Amino acid sequence: MTINMILEQIVFYAAAVTIVFAGIMVIGSRNPVRGALFLVLAFVASAILWILLEAEFLALALIFVYVGAVMTLFLFVVMMLDINLEPMKTRFVRYLPLGLLVMALVLVLVIFAVAPQHFGTAKYAVPQHASASYSNVKELGSVLYTTYMYPFELASVLLLVAIIAAISLALPSSRKRRLQRPGEQVQVKREDRLRMVKMQAEKKILPSRKWLKKR
Amino acid sequence: MITVNDLISFGWILLKIIIILIPLVLAVAYLTLAERRVIGFIQCRIGPNRVGLRGVGQPIADALKLLFKELIVPTPSNRYLFIIAPIVSFAPAIAVWSVIPFDKGWVLANVNAGLLFVLAMTSIGVYGMLIAGWASNSKYSFFGALRATAQTVSYEIAMGFALVGVLLAANSMNLQQIVLRQQGGIWHWFWIPLLPLFVVYWISGVAETNRAPFDVAEGESEIVAGFHVEYSGIFFALFFLAEYANMILISVLASLMFLGGWLSPFQGIPGLETFFAWVPGIIWLGLKASFFILLYLWMRATFPRYRYDQIMRLGWKILIPITLIWIVVTGFLVELHIPPWFN
Repeated sequence: MTINMILEQIVFYAAAVTIVFAGIMVIGSRNPVRGALFLVLAFVASAILWILLEAEFLALALIFVYVGAVMTLFLFVVMMLDINLEPMKTRFVRYLPLGLLVMALVLVLVIFAVAPQHFGTAKYAVPQHASASYSNVKELGSVLYTTYMYPFELASVLLLVAIIAAISLALPSSRKRRLQRPGEQVQVKREDRLRMVKMQAEKKILPSRKWLKKR
Repeated sequence: MITVNDLISFGWILLKIIIILIPLVLAVAYLTLAERRVIGFIQCRIGPNRVGLRGVGQPIADALKLLFKELIVPTPSNRYLFIIAPIVSFAPAIAVWSVIPFDKGWVLANVNAGLLFVLAMTSIGVYGMLIAGWASNSKYSFFGALRATAQTVSYEIAMGFALVGVLLAANSMNLQQIVLRQQGGIWHWFWIPLLPLFVVYWISGVAETNRAPFDVAEGESEIVAGFHVEYSGIFFALFFLAEYANMILISVLASLMFLGGWLSPFQGIPGLETFFAWVPGIIWLGLKASFFILLYLWMRATFPRYRYDQIMRLGWKILIPITLIWIVVTGFLVELHIPPWFN
């Protein structure tokens, strides 16, 4: 065992333990903001695992897209909502039997599907480390734009449709909308907003002087 | 198990990290002095000139002052997150430097997806602000955090698209490769074929680092100091360091991707090329980055702060469409092998 393998194992177990811990805390923490932050931690830790698997594009895209964009927006919303989950969560205990049943079912399913006997070096060749010149991005791109061209394009069109649909659902009707037209705002001249009023200067007599005059 | 060779290579990496970090921290320290002096000059003031010769001791005095200040953790704050926040904002700002090449081969980690790594790390940095603003449990901090988040998310898209153009032109995400593709003198650098992306990258870089005129996250006149109102002493210093390290990073990245990085500007000019051949590449990189840093300071002293809706408009309705169009144009330029950049 070389030092590289030892380091790799240390990183793997640290990341794996972090994912499990963060995953439990996501559903366990009382505060929704803290839950979302633990989800971020879980994402970062799984990105580390992907880096270990030499899937650097996916790992960095996970951080860039999910951590950098999706979760920040998520947190943005969660922080602004003033929800206190504690009173809601205190009554969760009564669902415990049902929850345990579902958990047991899922566990059995997972054990059947991904049991250790399906894997291991006996079934698959030992994965080799890729060479230093191996570019995960290039590999992924060349497959994505040739073999999986149509699914990829379809998925992106679907996403585009979803974006447009979401925007048009959220957008108020044109009568209710209050639009700013910066072009018009910039072109405003002094004459549009300001009216100069010319008037005769009045001679004002101070009250004290008036009193003087009368005398 | 652990051989002597392993220890040597381990120590070598540590040494490289130190060689990168110490000049970086010094640069950050003296950037603060440069900022105060330059802005002082622009505004017809003197700026700090008392500590040491012409004020060279000022950053050190500031650092000592910040170190000895009391750390205050507000009672209603979220204690752990409050302490984690400065670390979260500082660590990615330092980690990015591991993939930055300072000269040919002068890089700590020659990562193939270096550009993506840079983007990923800078996008983590916003969590520092977000967590700080929320954990402080103060209205001003929270406003600052929300503003910072919305702004960063919006400008990250424009920035990402600008970088897509760069990687299209360079045909690589490795930062060293990107620089080497621009070889051949000042007219071969990417700033000409990618001029709109260059401008967009610079604007969104300024917005991403929350510097004037995009500094609504701090907005002294509106929300006191934004997300770091409640921070004192070394906690505040960490935010400060992260911000300035990010400024230098954006400047260095802009010069790497659009101004040919460490390449000499006199390349291809007979006479001058050989005359300046002795200058090491890192000097050229430093000069180019200094130009952008000066631009940062200049902009801060010149432009008034944007209104919030104007920031959003600029990001979504102007910068992103420009990048979308220019990516297509770049695609054509590359595909048609337009000389001198893409032959």
